[in-house]
Amino acid sequence: MTEVVVTGLGTTSPLGGDVATTWEGALAGRSGVSTLDNDWAETYGMAVNFAGQLAVQPSEVLSRPETKRMDPSAQMAIVATREAWADAGSPEVDPERLGAVVSSGIGGVWTLLSAWDTMKEKGASRVLPMTVPMLMPNSPAAYVSLELTARAGAHAPVSACASGAEAIAMGYEMIQQGRADVVVCGGTEAAIHPLPISSFAAMAALSKRNDDPQAASRPYDTERDGFVLGEGSGIVVLESAEHAAARGARVYAKLLGLGRTADGHHIAAPEPEGKGQTRAMQQAVEMAGLAVTDIAHVNAHATSTPVGDMIEARAIRGLLGSHSDQVLLSATKSMTGHLLGGAGALESVFTIKALQERVAPPTINVTSPDPELEVDLVRDTPRALPSEGQLAAINNSFGFGGHNVALVFGTA
Amino acid sequence: MADTNEILAGLAEIVAEETGLDAAEVTAEKSFTDDLDIDSLSMMTIVTLAEEKFDVRIPDEEVKNLTTVGDAVTFIEGAQK
Repeated sequence: MTEVVVTGLGTTSPLGGDVATTWEGALAGRSGVSTLDNDWAETYGMAVNFAGQLAVQPSEVLSRPETKRMDPSAQMAIVATREAWADAGSPEVDPERLGAVVSSGIGGVWTLLSAWDTMKEKGASRVLPMTVPMLMPNSPAAYVSLELTARAGAHAPVSACASGAEAIAMGYEMIQQGRADVVVCGGTEAAIHPLPISSFAAMAALSKRNDDPQAASRPYDTERDGFVLGEGSGIVVLESAEHAAARGARVYAKLLGLGRTADGHHIAAPEPEGKGQTRAMQQAVEMAGLAVTDIAHVNAHATSTPVGDMIEARAIRGLLGSHSDQVLLSATKSMTGHLLGGAGALESVFTIKALQERVAPPTINVTSPDPELEVDLVRDTPRALPSEGQLAAINNSFGFGGHNVALVFGTA
Repeated sequence: MADTNEILAGLAEIVAEETGLDAAEVTAEKSFTDDLDIDSLSMMTIVTLAEEKFDVRIPDEEVKNLTTVGDAVTFIEGAQK
């Protein structure tokens, strides 16, 4: 088996425009959620008027032509990619051995809806020629491939809120299958637009805590009332251990295993017993060649919905048994909101940083933990992971449609 | 209606936005493809934005005849009338 390691990290998120600021914000237990910077709620009568908005707009770091040629979802992916690539030491790699796997759960929704607005207001002749290249859901993957001249393959596996994790899983497979030595992979989402917000609100999926947005994302708390939409991108550079060693690259962590299952149950609701989630975690742990007792930390999918959080918590408890008492559980969406297709990637960045620094980030806003929660939840302040020996951690991501993805990372 | 200099300035602004070039570099004798490195998709974007800005119609079959910035200015000027 080819060993796969992580050699670069990048992000732009509600907590910061890069990994250092985002991670520092997470360890500090800061909320990146705020009231919307516009009057949409009033204009459209929206039930939700807050979100996890980007800390640094891509327009502050990209050139004007770049922002005009890319949907915001691709812009965010490019910002995170540039950071990750530089962080990896801009590896010299044959373009045909370099892959790009970057997903979005929703795609270029801003481009699509803005073009439709233009057409309604000004007629068909005013629709811009870049509309299709910008709205297509593979656009972020394609732009990352163009940015780095990645020619081994460019992919965009889509599975709603599991998309970012699924992209990392596919990146792993590209290396395992011998298609690439280095793969830039992750997820991105730019869906803070009145229509997606209202659509999620129509499902009663979103928190309506308009009077206290920073307290709205509260996974595992008894007062949780739905998720908070976030935006941004997370990108990781995966590399075969051999390739990384040959160039003397700094290794953050190893990607040891992955598990992917489907519930086959409901288009939006998770299967109540979390069997598919358990199987995904189990597959990932087995593929990693580990026992469940080797798991020290779990970055949960936990979005702060009344139903979803506890299904996952029971699945974790079911898999880990009494070892759950020794596992530090973090729900970082409490701080970032839910980045949908970007979530699994940003949370992989958090999981990798947690292993590297041997510290589990906190879960904020949990004032009254759900009494059924039987896993050791890290609350308010970070907690140290064991300072000695090899550590492993699971990052869970689940998507509407019953997609379950678990990634197991290990210390370098 | 815009005169020749106004059209050139307005077009240079659109090209600068699309390409990142300085608007001052977008002069009448420059070729869109050879000098300004504008691909066909960018050219169609520039045409669409110019149609809106100058309230003219530039037919798709006409675009291939617009080799230089000056060609486009002349066409737009004529189409305004």
